[in-house]
Amino acid sequence: MNAQSRLAIHKGLRKHSLALATGLSIAFGASMAQAATWDVTVTNLTHGNHFTPLLLTAHDSSTHLFQVGMPAPLPIEHMAECGHLDPLLATAEVGAADADTIADPAGGVLAPGASTSAMLTTSATHLSVVAMVLPTNDGFLGLEAQEIPTTAGTYTYYINAYDAGTEANDEVLMTSGACSYTDSGMMPGAPGGDAGSNGTGVSSADTNTNIHVHRGVLGDQDPTGGNSDLDSTIHRWQNPVAKITVTVTP
Amino acid sequence: MGLFNRQSAHPRRSILTVVLISTGLLALSACKHDEDDAMATQAMYQVTVYNLTNGQPLTPLGVVIHGAAYSPWQLGSTASVGLETLAESGDPTAFLAEADANTAVMASTSSSNGPFGPGASESVTLSVDHSSLLQLSVASMLANTNDAFTGVSHWEIGRLAVGESVSTMSHVFDAGTEANTESSATMPGPAAGGEGFNATRDDLDKVTIHRGVVTADDGLTSSALDESHRWLGYAAKVVVTRMQ
Repeated sequence: MNAQSRLAIHKGLRKHSLALATGLSIAFGASMAQAATWDVTVTNLTHGNHFTPLLLTAHDSSTHLFQVGMPAPLPIEHMAECGHLDPLLATAEVGAADADTIADPAGGVLAPGASTSAMLTTSATHLSVVAMVLPTNDGFLGLEAQEIPTTAGTYTYYINAYDAGTEANDEVLMTSGACSYTDSGMMPGAPGGDAGSNGTGVSSADTNTNIHVHRGVLGDQDPTGGNSDLDSTIHRWQNPVAKITVTVTP
Repeated sequence: MGLFNRQSAHPRRSILTVVLISTGLLALSACKHDEDDAMATQAMYQVTVYNLTNGQPLTPLGVVIHGAAYSPWQLGSTASVGLETLAESGDPTAFLAEADANTAVMASTSSSNGPFGPGASESVTLSVDHSSLLQLSVASMLANTNDAFTGVSHWEIGRLAVGESVSTMSHVFDAGTEANTESSATMPGPAAGGEGFNATRDDLDKVTIHRGVVTADDGLTSSALDESHRWLGYAAKVVVTRMQ
């Protein structure tokens, strides 16, 4: 990494904090750009949570897959509650997987501490990355319309977990059937195989129904009962939950 | 073991020794290579760490000034044995020895007053030949945990002007080398008085962002910790000032 990319690490952090504080993304004027390649690596920084298949997409400054502080669009609800990417890939903003939209680079879930990489070829200016955090009801990690520099270098961004605000955080695991965004409550899976059962439900409603900073999960120490099917020693996290590095080759 | 039971909780060497040795060597090499007519400029940095937790003593700092080729840890990668030792026992000696063995490291030291508690701070001073590419890394264990540490890595300090200071808040990392049982037998800090370093790696074996301690007050009845030992997000403020 060069000096410039190191600076970008701190810039990225500050920018992210600002976006959090204002609930708005920072949009910059789009400039004419030639096609560049972005080598993007996503690292799961959690100790006990998996990420569902990631979606990485390059776009212009006016596109927003979601906006923190605003209600989750339906395709984001599908992603955040069930990990489903098809609704996002069917939107005009994202479109089908192609040179600058990569779906599921890890070939499945991304385990705690694991990384996956994808190469995007794009003339666009901004990058968005989303995936659901498992096991949660509607928690997701999101890089929202981050402007990517055009100068060669490696740029690092740290990503927080958001609550889509679309489903009560009951922390109850689905035991049968396919996940649907219309379910009320219920987490679709715990890939670590470390969740419990028979939880009676932690929360019955979201107070904040817009996308907000996830308050984390509660869990308990009763694998066959209690309020939660989550384990308080395994499934909690603190931000940031993901690191994204983008190596730009103009 | 170690820091909390011993009389002598001091690091293996004094700050002064490190400063003298490293400046001596670097000055020598700068003269020998004769790349510039002038000798390299000396830079002296003061690094201060403020303990921002409510109930976690921070152990003696491991502080390293280095170039980009040295990395004290990487998120998602396995911790070195030196980092494992620091994160499990609080003793920075092996961590600093690993640093000193790396050719990209210009100076290293530890703080000399033993662990420092909530509300306290600790400072060290290091001198090196100046370069705009200098980086700073700092590590310190949260003593009332199994293997949590806080710190910064690859922090660029080479562009600081004399008299200028910058500060950042440091996250808490899980070294991933010891299961987070929170039991009294496994944590060296004053809340437990248990074991420090243990070579067995019975956890994820990757460095991640720490998920926090659960504590007995939150239903983990086997935990030696209570709610006062929790933290959220950051554990310390790190300030670096270029003194010279």
